[in-house]
Amino acid sequence: MKAFSNLISAIEITNKTNAKIEALAHYFKTAPDKDKLWLIAIFTGKRPPRPVKTTLMKEWCMEITGLPEWLFLESYSTVGDLGETLALLLPEPTGQLDLSLHEWMTELKALKSKSDDDKKAFVLEAWAGLDQQERLIFNKLIGGSFRIGVSKKTLVNALAKYSGIDANRLMHSIIGKWSVDDLSFEALIKGQHINYDNSKLYPFCLAYALDKELDELGEPEDWIVEQKWDGIRGQIVKRNGEIHIWSRGEELVTSQFPELVEAFSGFSNDFVIDGEILAIKDNNVLLFNDLQKRLNRKNVTKKLLAEVPIGFCAYDMLEDDGDDIREQSMQSRRHQLETLFNRYTLPNNIKLSHLIAFKSWNELPEIRSNSRQINSEGLMLKHKNSSYHSGRKKGDWWKWKVDPMTIDAVMIYAQRGSGRRSSKYTDYTFAVKKDDGLVTVAKAYSGLTDKEITEISQWVGKNAIERFGPVRTVKPELVFEIAFEGIAFSKRHKSGVALRFPRIARWRRDKPVEDIDTIESVKQLITSP
Amino acid sequence: MYCQQGKFYLDPWSKVDHAIISHGHADHARWGMKHYLCHTDSKAILKQRLGKDLSIETMPYNKPRTINGVAVSFHPAGHVIGSAQIRLEYKGRVEVFSGDYKTQPDFITTPFEPVKCHSFITESTFGLPIYRWKSEDAIQKELHNWIGYNQSQNRTSVFVGYSLGKAQRIMSLIDGVDEVFVHRSIHNLNEAIASSGYKIPKTQLLTADFNKKDVEGKLIIVPPAMLDSRMFKRIPNAATAICSGWMQIRGNRRWRAADAGFAVSDHADWDGLISAIKATEAEEVYVTHGSQATFSRYLNEMSIEAYELKTEYGEEELANSETKTADA
Ligand SMILES: [Zn+2]
Ligand SMILES: [Zn+2]
Repeated sequence: MKAFSNLISAIEITNKTNAKIEALAHYFKTAPDKDKLWLIAIFTGKRPPRPVKTTLMKEWCMEITGLPEWLFLESYSTVGDLGETLALLLPEPTGQLDLSLHEWMTELKALKSKSDDDKKAFVLEAWAGLDQQERLIFNKLIGGSFRIGVSKKTLVNALAKYSGIDANRLMHSIIGKWSVDDLSFEALIKGQHINYDNSKLYPFCLAYALDKELDELGEPEDWIVEQKWDGIRGQIVKRNGEIHIWSRGEELVTSQFPELVEAFSGFSNDFVIDGEILAIKDNNVLLFNDLQKRLNRKNVTKKLLAEVPIGFCAYDMLEDDGDDIREQSMQSRRHQLETLFNRYTLPNNIKLSHLIAFKSWNELPEIRSNSRQINSEGLMLKHKNSSYHSGRKKGDWWKWKVDPMTIDAVMIYAQRGSGRRSSKYTDYTFAVKKDDGLVTVAKAYSGLTDKEITEISQWVGKNAIERFGPVRTVKPELVFEIAFEGIAFSKRHKSGVALRFPRIARWRRDKPVEDIDTIESVKQLITSP
Repeated sequence: MYCQQGKFYLDPWSKVDHAIISHGHADHARWGMKHYLCHTDSKAILKQRLGKDLSIETMPYNKPRTINGVAVSFHPAGHVIGSAQIRLEYKGRVEVFSGDYKTQPDFITTPFEPVKCHSFITESTFGLPIYRWKSEDAIQKELHNWIGYNQSQNRTSVFVGYSLGKAQRIMSLIDGVDEVFVHRSIHNLNEAIASSGYKIPKTQLLTADFNKKDVEGKLIIVPPAMLDSRMFKRIPNAATAICSGWMQIRGNRRWRAADAGFAVSDHADWDGLISAIKATEAEEVYVTHGSQATFSRYLNEMSIEAYELKTEYGEEELANSETKTADA
């Protein structure tokens, strides 16, 4: 397990995605195939069910160390992770066990059906033969998440780097139906168990933020204008009866949105459409905050399905019954999208993006300013002659957000409130990336619900690194969208910028720290309108 | 903490006439006392940190002096250079104030000596069983491996640790591997310490306008306050390691995009706290600094009479950026 242990150390020590990819690619280059297969299974949630209950592991650890339960729990709440707590509390190893990853996993699979006594003997022997880091990994292999920021996308990029196989094809391969027992590593990455042609996505066409006056765009009748919904951009790929849903981040998210699969199963045509995955309830688009509750869940419960139903708003059509129509004009693609949608009685949760009717440019600012009321982020302006580009191209697709003044930043300090709220951490300091580190950009107090504040306070309690008086330095992990009224260069601030009236727009639980703004991208807001 | 009979204070927070100081960290040695009494090796440190004109008297370890009828003596605390436990004896009753201490021996600090007493005032910064340090030799091996790896990648090894204590400890751990450069705040302390005759490893000053070529691939020690500074950014190909007991927990190691975190602490670990307390044979134990509630509860369950003592040690609120974070 040394190689796997080294890999985990290498990944957890960096928050640079490239370094993680490098470490994973190195593992793929050097580890035995069976180990690689297990690594992919573990990182994609395809591991066998937990063979030993956590309560038993806790009990055995207390028995070995002689610690009272309350002290065990106190330790657990400081560490915040059971597998790690156990690894830190157990006494020094007395021997040395050296099994490879797949040997451990095979043993653990077999353990599931054994008696509690056999399980105990096995776990105790393992604990006594592994050092602290290996012991932590062993505990994680039994169950629990590694929480080291390896997304499926990162894993796939590392596999692509190692194998030279297209990343999106690999994404379909590792997400598809397979099991460690009936597939070799080679077969898995070559995708022998899938039909990639059925899922292949197109690169998303992206828009720049509008950086000129509206009348500089030319004639209003050459443009279509629609709402810029605040959800997750997605591509619905339907070919040969199979439906695949890709997110903007090029992750396959099909299983997260069963409603969409069901809704589009009613279409007999094949197609690829681009649109927005949204939480839609009683015909209203819900806030992104609500949609977040549905993201990255392994199991979608009935309760959640009812509470946050998912819908889709279609913007564009890229493929029509097998024909790639991306080079056709926006107007023509839109026409084909309408034809497709008119052929069916649409389920309630599937919408066609509404085209905003307007005669002159000066009607748009007011429409845009009302966007927030319907939970839209602003407007999209697309030239009627534009083709569906791969990626970003300046000139014919523009986004015109209601409030362009938002940044994604990470919390680095938390401070207790005063008076009634002194038991909670209510005041936060946020930072964005600068070179390899972070730089403070804003302090903000308001904008969160009491429930969120309670949750964050508990998190701060567990994740404080340093303290000075009422202030805690915390691990830079929680990402927030910070909204503000204005921004200017400032010599007085270390970051070089000053934000006016910063406030927390929302807690971005979906965003990893790697994706927060950089000080350069923040400074760019100063010149844009 | 006030000693009524002796009419002096131990590590006081407000300005008093007579202060006995356990060691030079900012949450123990404060500015503004009329007279200071500290260990011989702490004198230069206090002067360097608090001002040249302090009225300071010193005492070596294990040499009692009587103040207003109270026998006062210093005993090695193993925490930082010059750190002392303060022993007070009056009419046969002995109290020991630990200040901060570390039981595990290192390569530079006078090793901790337990002192028998009736009542013991202990710190508890790392008063949870998850904190157990590796031996000094094992830590040294880890640091040397890390430096070796960095040098194979042409990277400069930068250690982050507090100027007093941690910096000298790191110096002792990496001495002889390659040239070591230290930030000015560390350099000034080093000079003060060396001037009083204390032997510490040789280092060079990292000047504000250092030449990148001179330090590339070498070893550098800086205090945490430097982490975001322009000077820090200028270090070529830096690999950064934070050295602190908090690094024992995996999540903390990812802090501030550091490349590594080493659990190197100046404080006693869990086993150290317990063995030290047992060795004092104290009838009652007062717990300060950190995990008071947890640790005193545990002691009581082990049939050692213990009480929580609310102090402000560890909760350093000085505006001074170099010292504003707790020494760990
Ligand atoms: Zn100290
Ligand atoms: Zn202290």
